[in-house]
Amino acid sequence: MAVELDVFVGNTTIMDEEVYQLWLDGYTVNDAVKVRMEGGVLEEFEASADVLLSDTMDQYRTFQMCERLLHSPAKLANQLLFQIPPHRQAILIERYYAFDDAFVREVLGKKLSKGTKKDLDDISAKTSVTLKSCRRQFDNFKRVFKVVEELKGPLVENIRQHFLLSDKLARDYAAIVFFANNRFETGKRKLQYLTFQDFAFCAGQLINSWTIGAVDNMVEDMDVDLDKEFLQELKELKILITDKDLLDQHKSLVCTALRGKTKAFNEMEANFKNLSRGLVNIAAKLTNTKDVRDFFIDLVEKFIEPCRSDRWTASDMRLYLTHYTNSAHILDTFKHQVVWDRYMGVIKSCIFKMYHD
Amino acid sequence: MPGKLKAKIVAGRHLPVMDRASDLTDAFVEVKFGNTTFKTDVCPKSLNPQWNSEWFKFEVDDEDLQDEPLQITVLDHDTYSANDAIGKVYIDIDPLLCSEAASVISGWFPIYDTIHGIRGEINVLVKVELFNDLNRFRQSSCGVKFFCTTSIPRCYRAAMVHGFVEELVVNEDPEYQWIDRIRTPRASNEARQRLISLMSGELQRKIGLKVLEMGGNAVVGYLQCFDLEGESGLVVRAIGTACTLDKLSSGSAPNTNTHVHPNTAPASNACNSPSKDGKEPVFGEDLPSFSGPPTPFRALPTSSSSPPPFSPSKPCSRQSSSSDTDLSLTPKTGKNTYVLSSIVSDQAVFYLQEFPFFTLTSFPPGFLVHVGGVVSARSVKLLDRIHNPDEPETRDAWWEEIRQEIKSHAKALGCHAVVGYSESTSICEEVCILSASGTAAILNPRYMREGCLDIGSTDHRLFTVAFHLRQFEEPSPPSCGFCHIPYDELNMPFPAQLTYCYHCRRQKVPDVLFTTIDMPPEAAVTGKGCLIQARLCRLKKKAQGEVNATAISNLLPFMEYELHTQLMNKLKLRSMNALFGLHIQISVGENMLLGLASATGVYLTALPAPGGIQIAGKTPGDLSNEHHILTIQKRINDTITKNKELYQINPPELTEEVVGSPIPEPRQRSRLFRSHSESSDELSELDLSHGKKDAFVLEIDDTDAVEDIHSLLTDAPPPTGFYSCNTEIMPGIYNWTTGVQMFTSVRVFRLSNANLTNQGLNKIFTDLCENLLKSFYFKLRSMIPCCLCHLNFTVAVPEEELIQVAVTAVAMTFDKDQTQEKPADKPVTKGCSETEEQLQFPLELCADSSSITTQTSSKISAASVDYGSFADRCSTWLELLRLKAHTIRRGSVKTISSLERSSPLPEGRSRSLRSNRSFGGSSVPVVKMTPLSFLPGTRIIKYLGIINMFFIRETTSLREEGGVSGFLHSFIAEVFAMVRAHVAALGGNAVVSYSMKECVLMENPNKNQAQCLINVSGDAVICVIETDQESMPSTINVVQTCSSGADGAT
Repeated sequence: MAVELDVFVGNTTIMDEEVYQLWLDGYTVNDAVKVRMEGGVLEEFEASADVLLSDTMDQYRTFQMCERLLHSPAKLANQLLFQIPPHRQAILIERYYAFDDAFVREVLGKKLSKGTKKDLDDISAKTSVTLKSCRRQFDNFKRVFKVVEELKGPLVENIRQHFLLSDKLARDYAAIVFFANNRFETGKRKLQYLTFQDFAFCAGQLINSWTIGAVDNMVEDMDVDLDKEFLQELKELKILITDKDLLDQHKSLVCTALRGKTKAFNEMEANFKNLSRGLVNIAAKLTNTKDVRDFFIDLVEKFIEPCRSDRWTASDMRLYLTHYTNSAHILDTFKHQVVWDRYMGVIKSCIFKMYHD
Repeated sequence: MPGKLKAKIVAGRHLPVMDRASDLTDAFVEVKFGNTTFKTDVCPKSLNPQWNSEWFKFEVDDEDLQDEPLQITVLDHDTYSANDAIGKVYIDIDPLLCSEAASVISGWFPIYDTIHGIRGEINVLVKVELFNDLNRFRQSSCGVKFFCTTSIPRCYRAAMVHGFVEELVVNEDPEYQWIDRIRTPRASNEARQRLISLMSGELQRKIGLKVLEMGGNAVVGYLQCFDLEGESGLVVRAIGTACTLDKLSSGSAPNTNTHVHPNTAPASNACNSPSKDGKEPVFGEDLPSFSGPPTPFRALPTSSSSPPPFSPSKPCSRQSSSSDTDLSLTPKTGKNTYVLSSIVSDQAVFYLQEFPFFTLTSFPPGFLVHVGGVVSARSVKLLDRIHNPDEPETRDAWWEEIRQEIKSHAKALGCHAVVGYSESTSICEEVCILSASGTAAILNPRYMREGCLDIGSTDHRLFTVAFHLRQFEEPSPPSCGFCHIPYDELNMPFPAQLTYCYHCRRQKVPDVLFTTIDMPPEAAVTGKGCLIQARLCRLKKKAQGEVNATAISNLLPFMEYELHTQLMNKLKLRSMNALFGLHIQISVGENMLLGLASATGVYLTALPAPGGIQIAGKTPGDLSNEHHILTIQKRINDTITKNKELYQINPPELTEEVVGSPIPEPRQRSRLFRSHSESSDELSELDLSHGKKDAFVLEIDDTDAVEDIHSLLTDAPPPTGFYSCNTEIMPGIYNWTTGVQMFTSVRVFRLSNANLTNQGLNKIFTDLCENLLKSFYFKLRSMIPCCLCHLNFTVAVPEEELIQVAVTAVAMTFDKDQTQEKPADKPVTKGCSETEEQLQFPLELCADSSSITTQTSSKISAASVDYGSFADRCSTWLELLRLKAHTIRRGSVKTISSLERSSPLPEGRSRSLRSNRSFGGSSVPVVKMTPLSFLPGTRIIKYLGIINMFFIRETTSLREEGGVSGFLHSFIAEVFAMVRAHVAALGGNAVVSYSMKECVLMENPNKNQAQCLINVSGDAVICVIETDQESMPSTINVVQTCSSGADGAT
């Protein structure tokens, strides 16, 4: 004896946000029922486990039917099958495209290919995000990537319009797309301490200042590819470390400005040449795709780690980088002010963001 | 050639990918009407094609316009092979044929395929130009309006109610044609869909013709059903109530014709009080500033501000109540020209109707005079005995017979009419149970007399054939008048305990009242109502032909009896005394019969307080047994007390008599609680009355009875914040807010255990229904406080071991904080001026027809085995009504009666409209759906036409679609979507009186296949948010918002 068929269909589609989350998190129906029971919804409403099971099944079915529409969220608004109030549609979409930081951290910068998809079970095991949820998130990344790849115009805006996401989420996706496109290395052990939000911030900076889109806003991939001309120009910055006079001059300017303002002054003075070489070398190498990928690891190895071992505080860092950047303007033989600013602006804010434990 | 149909195909969107190579589709469209087909150009390589076609014009007869649907087929062009069909859209153009309904159909329709479901959408524009405007009513029945709503539609007034119309058409079921063996399932399904669409159109046209013949212009309470008889054919039948409706322009005063039609009998003329000429009663109108169901009391402020000039003969002391009914009919003009004269004997204009039946369930104030009780009839027929299956005669005769029976039952109850009438069938293989039920009633003939409408002089046969004088006494108070017995106290049709009305103290009332109608809004109730269900399963042996039919016939009376007993006990348990909206469904399967009775219980203030339930043991000496009985008795008493609290039933002072000691029961008595299969011998002269004496004594002498009592007590009350009923509105709740959530739920239960007992089955069935209700409460918990209204359960036995229950209902929110009282302007009066002796309505009316009944029942039809004369005939509600007599026998009954009634003076009702947040940006218009005839907080300003749709869905990949649940879930969602799309295309924003009349599911999981048929209907309307000022009909906002309160669970 068993219930062979059990459906409940409302004219306005009924969706329980809690169940939706459980579904998104990849819980099986039975696990979801368990979670709900523990959540106390039963006591709250004197229902039996059967009722909960039936309700959960119904909702899961509804979500599965909706999933196809969620793949192109614009359809959700003008499809006829489900009558869902717009504010609820927005919630459905936003939640569907939300992702776990732990998961995204694992795939950030990786190629969104079948190969990566095969590794999802490992990632699932590592992050304790269910495989089902991993797949959804991965497919979301891929889908967004594919759609915006062929579009002109600003990346964030494209994502927001095509997937009807909030500004925040659209920016996160822009970061994911940007990282996947440029294949930035984020998985190395030294980078483990960085969160997705750190990277997303940096991606925002890079997109805003270093891509083609920063100068021309009507080309394809404008926000995904770095501005080649700019990268070429960065080579010119090498003069800051190759010209000995310039290097000394720069150092003395920075030290004068810093003296007495920080406890770490001695370390700064001692390390100035190393640090400056580090930053300028990163800039000079960015024409190589390989070095672009290592951008973040280079930043950490060449700059953040030395500073951290010298126990700079965050404000020390801020002080140092500000003066380091500004002093270059006073160097009369240094002609590449514009490139310098475009470079250092991003570097500065990235390092500020990345300089934590 | 009286009509030109024009269609334009605009665009498509979300089309499926038909060409795998390009991931695109080369779509074009065929537009077909009758035998004419047009095609659009191919729109290559697009999933969102823009055809923007020319206007395709069809020049057709209006008869075809009524019968045929416009058929739109979307195809994928293929250069080398046959074009692939993507899907179809059938558009019923009937709404365009009526000037008062929609003028254009325009919008996005889901493209539907019976195998794949919805595949994209298509934007279509349809118009109709009717020529010969003056003439067009002659040729066909174009222009007759159809309403599913079982009351006078909100923006009309009934100038006249003509009466019963019915029609039945038969055709061969395409699924059983030989060609079906060689055609694809898709072709077969489409043939069936198309045929039913055609038959529905034809049926509607034929009924329309009858209505025109009667002089009416509309059918209200239109109920269309189809019977899948299998080999013998496919029957589409419909019943309805013919009316003459006048459209009310909102806000304006209704017609004030003072005309008496010349063709009315002179007697009628003479007796027409001059004072009445001022105005015909107006009813059925929705008062604009009104959020709930209509009550006539709205109008009272007007009348009280300028008291009408009562005629001198009127007993003035208690005038207010007696005239309320009629006064309330005249709110519109503001001047009370309409004077009720107490001494004028109204000429009862009752034309002879073959069947004075009304499918309406709620009535204009004053229409319903008295209610007798439920009448029902069932008959078992064999479909393979139909001589001429392609002709409707045999089925017509069957129904005729049943209707005659209903009529004679009504007559026996002293009533001349049957209201809340409905018919249904249950078919299993070659056996078919035909059922009809309704409520015997006495109606005010004034509403059936010729009204102010000027009807052509062609046919007045109807109005002049028979007139019966009836001395119409001063009307009873509306709040209790309908409860007063219509039959003669000295010559009662059955033994009943009568008391003086607890409301007016003038007239006699029965102790319990069962009806199939909605509770009259003016009725005085104490506390709230609740859903009461009786559920029953009876096993039967598998058999064929006549043996089978006989077995079923024998079982039916027992089932009816037990259902009735259950209902009665449950009613007592809730301390209520009346049932409204009673609907009893008996469904037949190969090895069992299912019975489900649903009704809304209520405590009518006018009726005496119900007695309690007394448990009696069989062997008084047995101490342990005694103890057991005491425990159960205590549980029952506790439940009653709890229920009284729950439903806020606190009638004044109860006096309890001392409980007598239980007395042993005779054997005979106990048998009635058990399976009756062995007792078929005694049944030919089934006298259920031996059970009536102790209807409220439950005897436990064996385990079966214990089970019965347990099942009685297992009905869980709805959780806090929830109420439920199966009527339009919940008695006792008046402050609805705008949250509305209509839903359909289906459950199928598989009985795996082959050797089940009746008791075991009952338990399963009861649990199934109870669990369904629990699920609803849980799912809709975010809407609390809310009420599930119009809970409509349908049971079926689709296969040997399957039980299917389908429910459609609406959850509506209400404002808890406000006083749960009726509007303040409701007059509460004790006592009334009903002093004159009520003359029994002459029964000669029915004299000839009763002889017909005898004839028909004695005549064995050659075409079919007539089982109607078997025991099931005895089991009508007429018989069962006898059961309600209190048992006084042997003092084993605790009689609890209330002596005095405090009049709960209602507080003012203020309306609160939960503000509808509106969400911009959605391109799909919101369409609300409800099984009720109204949407709370809104006013219907236009009826756009009837929605009557039939869909078939089939799959050969059941597992891939998520099993049967997944399959049916998406199908129901698709049906909703198609209904909404059609309504939106008509320019509407809501469907009222929505119902799913058929949901036939066949599955074969082993073959990975399933098929489902769904038939839905309703009225498409435009409704607007009710503004506080009724004066601005032009500036009202069309309801565009999503029901913010009805988003469902969060």
